[in-house]
Amino acid sequence: MSDTTTPYRSGLPNGRAGFAQTLRAEGTKLRTVRGWVIALVVAGLLIVVMAAVATFHRQNTFQASPGSPVVVAHPFVPQGPGGEAVTDTFSFVHRPLAGDGSITVRVGSLTGLLAQSSTSHSTSADAQQATRPGLVPWAKAGLIVKEGTKQGSPYAAIMVTGSHGVRLQYDYTHDVAGSPGTIAAAAPRWLRLSRSGDLLTGYESADGAQWTRVGSARLAGLSETVQAGLFVTSPETRPSAQAFSSPSGSSASAVFDHVDLRGQWPEQSWSGGVVGAGTMTPTLTSGGYHQSDGTFTVSGSGDIAPAVDVGSTPADTLAGMFVGLIVVIVVGALFMTAEYRRGLIRTTLAATPRRGRVLAAKALVLGAATFAVGLVATAIAVPLGEHLLRVNGNYLYPVSVFSSVRVVAGTAGLLALAAIIALAVGTLLRRSAVAIVAVIAAIVLPNVLVITAALPLTASQWLLRLTPAAGLAIQQTLRAYPQVDYVYSPATGYFPLAPWAGFAVLCAYAALALGLAALALRRRDA
Amino acid sequence: MRPAVRAEWTKLRTVVGTSWLVLGTIVVTVTLSAFVVTAESSANTGAGVDLTKLSLTGIYLGQAVVAVLGVVAIGSEYGFGVMRSTLAAMPRRSTVLAAKAVVVGGLVLATGTFAVGACLLAGRLILPRHGFTAAHGYALLSFASGPTLRAAAGSVLYLALVALLSLGVAASVRSSAAGIGIVLGLLYLFPIVAAVIPGAHWQRHLQQIGPMTAGLAIQATTNLRSLPIGPWAGLGVLAAWAAGALIVGGLLLWLRDA
Repeated sequence: MSDTTTPYRSGLPNGRAGFAQTLRAEGTKLRTVRGWVIALVVAGLLIVVMAAVATFHRQNTFQASPGSPVVVAHPFVPQGPGGEAVTDTFSFVHRPLAGDGSITVRVGSLTGLLAQSSTSHSTSADAQQATRPGLVPWAKAGLIVKEGTKQGSPYAAIMVTGSHGVRLQYDYTHDVAGSPGTIAAAAPRWLRLSRSGDLLTGYESADGAQWTRVGSARLAGLSETVQAGLFVTSPETRPSAQAFSSPSGSSASAVFDHVDLRGQWPEQSWSGGVVGAGTMTPTLTSGGYHQSDGTFTVSGSGDIAPAVDVGSTPADTLAGMFVGLIVVIVVGALFMTAEYRRGLIRTTLAATPRRGRVLAAKALVLGAATFAVGLVATAIAVPLGEHLLRVNGNYLYPVSVFSSVRVVAGTAGLLALAAIIALAVGTLLRRSAVAIVAVIAAIVLPNVLVITAALPLTASQWLLRLTPAAGLAIQQTLRAYPQVDYVYSPATGYFPLAPWAGFAVLCAYAALALGLAALALRRRDA
Repeated sequence: MRPAVRAEWTKLRTVVGTSWLVLGTIVVTVTLSAFVVTAESSANTGAGVDLTKLSLTGIYLGQAVVAVLGVVAIGSEYGFGVMRSTLAAMPRRSTVLAAKAVVVGGLVLATGTFAVGACLLAGRLILPRHGFTAAHGYALLSFASGPTLRAAAGSVLYLALVALLSLGVAASVRSSAAGIGIVLGLLYLFPIVAAVIPGAHWQRHLQQIGPMTAGLAIQATTNLRSLPIGPWAGLGVLAAWAAGALIVGGLLLWLRDA
C-alpha cells in the first residue's frame, strides 16, 4: 500500500576506478602532507649544500717523500692512450728504432732499496733519505718500446718483476703474466721484445736458446720511429691494511748484458734519462745508468701503470646523499605506517579493494617523487662540487659522460629505491620506528662502518656485497688494477661489486621487500 | 617518584614490542660482532688490531634498536593518545619524563650488559681460530685486562645514554618516526660528514662533538693517542647530548599541551 521510496542516486556518472585513479589518490596523499613535502625539499637542498661544504676549500695535498714538504697544488697527472690517469715515471736507456726490429737482453740481477719509514720530525727536504735493502713486488726491469719519451704515450714492455715473475704490459692497463720466479745471479732471465709494424711481441727464456712467447700487443697508430731500450722502475709502497697511510718510495736497480739488436736501428749511441722526472709521485732516487763493456746497470724509481690516489671522483661530492637517504626512508615508511596509525588504511582499502594495486601505486608515486628530488639535487651537486674542486686546484679523475650520468641518475635511483624499501618494510611491520631503523641499519649503517674504518677490509667488502648498501657501487668510477698495489677499499672509492651489479643487489632487495609487503597486505586485516 | 617509576615499568613491561626490542638488541649486536670477527683473520691484518674494539663492533647496530626502545617509550604514547591519560594521572610532567628515563635506562643497562658480554665471549671464542693468537702477538680477550673491562662497561653505558638521548629527542618532537630519524641522523651522519669535510682540524672537531664518534672512543683499548677524544671524555660528550636532549624534551613537555 505504501509507496516505496527509491533510494537517492546521484545523477553524476560513476567514477572510474582504474590504476590511474589510485595513482592520483596516492599522489594527492603524498603532496598534501606538508611535513613530508618540506622534508623532501630540505633533503634535496642538503645534498647540494653538502656538495659545496665537502669541496669548498678542499685541497688534496701531496708529499713527494716522507721528509719533503707537503705540496698543495694541482698535480700533473698524465693521461694514457685510453684516456685514463696514469703514472709514467721510470729510468729509460734508449735508442730510436726506425721500423721493424727486435731487442734481446739478459737480466742478471734485480735488487732494490726501500725508504725507511721515517718519523715525522725530519723536516729538512734535503736530508739524505735513509734506506734499507728490499725489493717491492712490482719493481720492474726489462725492455720497452715506446712512442716517445713523453709521459702517457703508448708503449709495450716485457719485464721481470720483484715477485710477480715475467710480465708483458702495454698501454698502462694491460698486463699479461709470463713465467713466475725471481731473478738471481744463478737464475738470470732473458727477455726479447720484437716489433713488426704496430704489433709488439714479448718472449722470455731461461738460457737465451729456448724461447717462450709471453704475449703480444697491438699499439694502433704507432709511429714509424719509436724509442726502444732498457727500463727500470719501482713503485711506492704502503703499509698494508691502512687505507690512509702515506706511501713511501722505493727504488730498483738491474744489471743487463748480452744486449742484441736486430732490425732497423739507426747508428746512434744509447742515451739515458728519466721519463717523468720531477713529478709528484713518491720516488727515491733520481735514477741513472752506467754502461761498461756491454753491461748496463740501470736504477730507477716510479711506475708505469694506472694512477691511484691522485685525485677526486664525482662520488666525493655526494656525501649529502646520506642525509637524503635518512629523510626519504623516514618519509617512505610513514607513507604507509601513517595510514595504519590513523586508520586511514581502512578507507583506502575500501576505496581500492585490490590491495596489490594500492601498494604498487604508493611505490610508484613515492619512487617517482624521491627520484625527481634526488635527480635535481644530484644534477646540481655533482657539477657544483666538481667545479669547486677544480677551482681549488684538485685533480679530478677523467670520467666519461656516460659514467657521470650513471653516478648522478644512479644516486637518485638509490634514494628512490631506499624510499620504496622503507615503504615495503613499513607495510610489513606497520610500525614506523622499527621500519625506519631496519632500513637505515641496512642501507646507511654499512657505509658508516666502512667510512669510519671501524671494520677491517674483508668485513667491509662482505657487508657491501650482501647488504642493500651494495647499491652505493653505482657511484664508483675508479677501477682496481691487480698490477698496482694499493688498498682497494670501499673507503678509498673501490667497491667489491661492479656498479650495476651492486645496484642490482639493491633492486633485488627492493623487489623482495615489495613482494613480501604485497603478500602481507593481501593476507592480513587492515 | 616511586609510583611513577612503577607505572612506567608496568607500561614498558606489558607492551608486546618491548620484549622483542630487548631480544632484538641482543641478537643484532651479537650477530654483527660475530660476523665481523669471523670475517677477519690475522693473515690479512697483521699486528696491531684492537680486538676488544673489533669484538664490540655490534654496538654500531645494537644502538639503533636501543634508540627505538628510547623513542617508542614516549613516541607511541603520543601516537595513540595515551599521553593525555598519563599526564592526567601524573600531572608533574618532569616526574613522568624522569620516571621514563629511569625505566628505559635501567632496562637498556641490563640488556646492554648481556649483549656486550656475549660479544666479547664471541670474540674470545672465534678470534683465536682466525690466527689472533699469542703466536701473532695477540692475547685472549679477558675482563682481567683493565682497558677491556673499561671498553665493556663503557659500551653498556653508551647504549643506555643512546636510549636516553632518544627519549629526549622523541619527547621534543612527539613522534616516533621523526624522533628515530633525528637520532639516527645524529649518530650516523657525524662520521660521514667528518669523513668528507675538508681539513683534518675540522674533521677532528666533528668527531669530538659527534655523539657516536665521541662516545665510541670508550671502546678503544690500543693506540689511545690517535683517538680524537679520550675514552671517558668521549662518553661524557654523549652524556652531554643525552642530558641536553632530556632537558629540551622536558622543557617542551612542560610548556606544551599534550
